[in-house]
Amino acid sequence: MKQLIIFIKKEFLHVFRDRKTLLMLFGLPIAQIVLFGFALSNEVKDSKIVVADYSRDAVTTQLVQKIASSKYFDLQQSLQSAGQLQAAFKKGDIKMAVIFPANFATDLVHTRKATIQIIADASDPNLATTVTNYITQIINDYNAQLSNDAGQPLQIRPEVQMLYNPELRGAPNFVPGVMALVLMLVCTMMTSVSIVKEKELGTMEILLVSPFKTMYIIISKLTPNLLISIVNLIIILVLSSIFLDLPVKGSVFLLVFDSILFILTSLSIGLLLSINAKTQQAAMMGSLMGMMLPTLLLTGFLFPIENMPLPMQWLSNLVPSRWYFIIVKRVMLKGLGFTAVWKETLILLGMSLFLFAVSIRRFKIRLQ
Amino acid sequence: MRTLLFLLEKEFRQILRNRQIIRILIIAPVIQLILLPLAADYSVKNISIAVVDNDHSSFSRKLIDKITASGNFQLTGYVASYKEALSLVEKDKADLALQIPAHFERDLVRENSQKLFIAINAIEGVKASLGGAYLSSIVADYNADIRMQWQTGLSTTMEEAPRISVASSYWYNPYLNYKLYMVPAILVTLVTAMAAMQSAFNIVQEKESGTIEQINVTPIKKHIFISGKLIPFLVLGIIIFTLGLLVGWIFYGIVPVGNLLVLYGSLVVYLFAMLGLGLLLATYSATQMQAMSLSFFFINIFNLMSGVFSSVDSMPQWAQHIVATFPPSHFIKIMRMVVLKGSGFSDITYHLAAMAVIGLVLNTWAVINYRKTA
Repeated sequence: MKQLIIFIKKEFLHVFRDRKTLLMLFGLPIAQIVLFGFALSNEVKDSKIVVADYSRDAVTTQLVQKIASSKYFDLQQSLQSAGQLQAAFKKGDIKMAVIFPANFATDLVHTRKATIQIIADASDPNLATTVTNYITQIINDYNAQLSNDAGQPLQIRPEVQMLYNPELRGAPNFVPGVMALVLMLVCTMMTSVSIVKEKELGTMEILLVSPFKTMYIIISKLTPNLLISIVNLIIILVLSSIFLDLPVKGSVFLLVFDSILFILTSLSIGLLLSINAKTQQAAMMGSLMGMMLPTLLLTGFLFPIENMPLPMQWLSNLVPSRWYFIIVKRVMLKGLGFTAVWKETLILLGMSLFLFAVSIRRFKIRLQ
Repeated sequence: MRTLLFLLEKEFRQILRNRQIIRILIIAPVIQLILLPLAADYSVKNISIAVVDNDHSSFSRKLIDKITASGNFQLTGYVASYKEALSLVEKDKADLALQIPAHFERDLVRENSQKLFIAINAIEGVKASLGGAYLSSIVADYNADIRMQWQTGLSTTMEEAPRISVASSYWYNPYLNYKLYMVPAILVTLVTAMAAMQSAFNIVQEKESGTIEQINVTPIKKHIFISGKLIPFLVLGIIIFTLGLLVGWIFYGIVPVGNLLVLYGSLVVYLFAMLGLGLLLATYSATQMQAMSLSFFFINIFNLMSGVFSSVDSMPQWAQHIVATFPPSHFIKIMRMVVLKGSGFSDITYHLAAMAVIGLVLNTWAVINYRKTA
């Protein structure tokens, strides 16, 4: 036991001696929470658009004004020709063109209908549908006003309420995602690299021939990373509740407990990676390339998992951060209790036990 | 010049000798580029909806039919109370809840106006706002439908209200295929992580194993040594990029609309900037662990902030200024513009110039900071 403590101390010294790595370990979560919390947003606003009004009558002027005053749009100089439109799209200067055909108001009065043409730059499909929707909404409002003026019966008004995140901020979705990402990557990378480093430097051999138990080697390698991750977790939670106005709505204890489970799972993955990597470089690239993009994409915080093809959905079940993300969202943002997350907790528990057992069994006591 | 050639030979041999790294460098990006775009689909579909119908009238049934028939919504719960519907939202079983109040039909006819209550889980902002917009426009359509029916039933000819409709066309990506948008960007992140960051590790590895001292005592000039380190990774980056374009073509049928020369020209400028960053980080690190920590810090922030996943345009102004100093943000823009819209050199000059300036600054800084002493 005393031996173990001494070894854990040694690992801590290794970590704390390296100031630059420490900066990454603690600086990254802070920078991410601050940057992402304030900067990342999926809200589309101030999209640059042009209006081509070939009618210039009372109705179109009114509509153009409505569009111009919307916070979603930033009206640019109007265009003269179709060729200019093409060029502006190619340069990325504008996202959408709204075209009012000639005789707009006259058509509207006489035939009771008129059509506005919209051309959206769909190279970003989401943006294109979103701006089209905004315009449609403005037009729908105007239509409703028209039929109101005409004394139309049977008005249905939908009353929409946004739950959990009424201002549609990006932070509530990103913070749990960043938590999952940072904890996962820091744990897997630090663990795998610190073990492979000993292999590369040859000090692992000395450890292995010593009477020190293999299990102790593993524990002493994992403990500093576990503690660092817990500190990171606390930093993230404090920062997001102070700066981003996202306090933990549910039980802090439950959140920390599940986070520790998740951290243990990630540590075990790092352990597994270290078994197969021969050089630090391979361990790093393995954890960076093997873990980063899949974690980003399959956790569900950037892309909804239910949109993916079925095989990808099955694959995403294997990504621990996916379950952790659900837990954080429910406990932290919605304030739900253990009954809402017991399934996910159980999955994380199973994953961590399984991975830990496998990596212990496969941990080589011989180098060659 | 001859020295440079020898150095290049040495570097290439060292890189090619390590099979594990080569595997990771070549195979990992290809597999990821094949698989990941499948996951990157942000098109909002399959919005699940829970309905509380307190009216049970022909009107309310018609509305529900209209919602489910639209194809965007999936009825996942038909419950008796609003509370139950909210708990479905809580458990992520439904994205939004719609409540049709009791006596909806009767009051609509009597009072000429009625409200519908919609509650949306807004944690995922895009899905929430799009879902709300879809539902509202369905309700508006429905409103027009029943009004027409009602009036024909009445047989009192009331003047039809004028109505403006919207005809939208989507250029450059008419089917709104999200993969067209994501594949070029994912390719950039792969090239970034692969080629650019490898250069940092590579130099630090020589520091750590001590071989850099042997080179330092030779008459090899600083810039020759650095070129010898960077050129292999430039080549590697171009190879990965080419493989990526092939994967995009074979698996996703993506053929760049624009000129390949424009793409490769921009790639070289981009790699120049990113390799400069790798070099700079290497000069500040003594161990591979440090190099990894530093480059991981940057890659992570680049990946999330450069517009791969969320639009740079929706960030606040100060953040956009910061992002403008990230080389990947420019290259991702260029990729999307050239691949999807066929933009030419004249359209991307700003982004090219920005990358070149950043690259110059980073490389100069790195060369100044690199000392031929250990």
